[in-house]
Amino acid sequence: MRLITHNMLSCNIKGVKNGFPLKIEAEKVIEKEVDFNPDFLRHMFAKIEWKALVEAARSMGYAELPEDSPDATVIESADETFLRKLHHALLELHLEEGALVCPETGRKFPVNKGIPNMLLHEDEV
Amino acid sequence: MWFLCVFYHRLLDFRKPEVEALAELFGEDESLQWRLPEHHHNDTPFHFVQLSSEEIAQNIAKRSILVKGMYELWGEGTCYEELKESIQSFPDSRKLPFLTSDSTFRISVETFGKALTFDEQKERIHSLTYIPFEGKVNLKNPDHNFFLMEMDESEESNGLPPIVQRRIFFGREVGFADRKLLPTFQLKSRTYLGPTAMDAEMAFLMANQANAASGKLVYDPFVGTGSILVSAARFGAMTMGADIDIRVVRDGRGPDCNVWSNFKQYGLPAPVALLRMDNNVPPWRSGLKEIFDAIICDPPYGVRAGGRKSGGRKILRGTVDPYTVPEDKRTGHIPSTGAYSLVECVHDLLHLAARMLVMKGRLVFFFPVLRDECGSEVKFPEHPCFKLVAVSEQILSSRYSRVLLTMVKVEPYSDEVEEAARLMHLEFRENHLKWLEEGNIHSSVFKPSTDSSQIQTESKTFKDPKPKYRGKYV
Repeated sequence: MRLITHNMLSCNIKGVKNGFPLKIEAEKVIEKEVDFNPDFLRHMFAKIEWKALVEAARSMGYAELPEDSPDATVIESADETFLRKLHHALLELHLEEGALVCPETGRKFPVNKGIPNMLLHEDEV
Repeated sequence: MWFLCVFYHRLLDFRKPEVEALAELFGEDESLQWRLPEHHHNDTPFHFVQLSSEEIAQNIAKRSILVKGMYELWGEGTCYEELKESIQSFPDSRKLPFLTSDSTFRISVETFGKALTFDEQKERIHSLTYIPFEGKVNLKNPDHNFFLMEMDESEESNGLPPIVQRRIFFGREVGFADRKLLPTFQLKSRTYLGPTAMDAEMAFLMANQANAASGKLVYDPFVGTGSILVSAARFGAMTMGADIDIRVVRDGRGPDCNVWSNFKQYGLPAPVALLRMDNNVPPWRSGLKEIFDAIICDPPYGVRAGGRKSGGRKILRGTVDPYTVPEDKRTGHIPSTGAYSLVECVHDLLHLAARMLVMKGRLVFFFPVLRDECGSEVKFPEHPCFKLVAVSEQILSSRYSRVLLTMVKVEPYSDEVEEAARLMHLEFRENHLKWLEEGNIHSSVFKPSTDSSQIQTESKTFKDPKPKYRGKYV
């Protein structure tokens, strides 16, 4: 599971109000190289919850992202230093084994072989 | 500019929508104008289409699956004398640049519904001496390709209505489909397959309907073995897939036979994400919207594969009261899932698309239709955020077809839309059994045929209101 996915997911157990962001319990983190696509990153940047991404990247051992969300000029600028970091955090870090933990209930959604299992139990729907 | 667009004689209903979708992708902003040659039926391979430049025509043809060729028409007629007049009256300024002495050319003869011997072809090519070709012939790799296309008046052939009049076309090729993709991607050489893996040709047509391209994010909520996303990835899109069956998305049939390996096999970038979730209660964080450029899927409509949703099979049916999973059994608990009716599945799909697609994003999915309904008006799913732009039917049996629907998001996702979807979601939960019956097409597809002797006597007089062609793909 890459952090772009983590940034989209929340705990959706019935009645849960603050199911985002899910805490990452990392057992095994791997890195895979992915082709750099600035257009795609610019498109995605607008949709990202920045704080959640910074925190998630940290829990996976990557602390290069700035604390505060950079403004649009940094994204559009020709200098790709920031985009490269964003690229690495969003697409190249993988949570291979571990769990996503609901901040409200503590419910663990397991991640095995890189696939998060977000299916709810019968009594959680 | 008008171009002669010649199609392969297959998947007839998918041909014009494919060109229209690609025209949009390559920057054509008006809806396309089509024209038929004189006396031709809509299912003929020969069509004229208006496009704003030769470059667009070439791009469309190259990316398409069903365009045999896109041509600049130099002349047409009902006989070779008429063709000659027509070609001669075509302006020299349009012809001469392609006939220069420093260029190479080739003339090919194509026929539809008839066959010509080699000598007959040669004779026809030699009759074109009135065109001042200055260049050299090069059969392998010419600069310019010319085509002479001929079809005779005929009896009903291959299921097509009879052609009233013979027609001959001569034109310069502008572009053609790269069908080499198909043997490369055909399912029989795919490592990981499921029972409902999408045929490669159809998957490419779906990706074209979705305008899949580089820099875009394409999502399939019923990803299965990933056969649809593979085609979107081939066209450069980033992909993402979800499925409720964890064995399919996570395990496959081993380390080198799973959804990931299907992408690796073709050297395509792996999906951005694969996850297990239930489309009925999706775990998207609140506030997340307009992130996908296209959603492409083949929903489980309960004929070959049925859908499942969370909530517990027996609880949903009402045969047991809601229960709590004991604390010590929660880790590793395998939740029971209930049947997911087609109506609810499509409702959830449209809601997902309304929320998660960018404006002008495309939703492309198959929808089953019972064929005896075809005579009457079929009602396709509707949604206030979407405009239906293409409908292509593929006949699967005498009982039912599947129809590929392409919808474009034209209205933004609003609070009212969200609230309406929430209420409908509760209604489906409340009246689970009623909705399971509604729109259940499995029983109609598999019901035993009524008294067969009666059908035999009636079949001669009873004509199917909708023409159907022989063969699986036509």
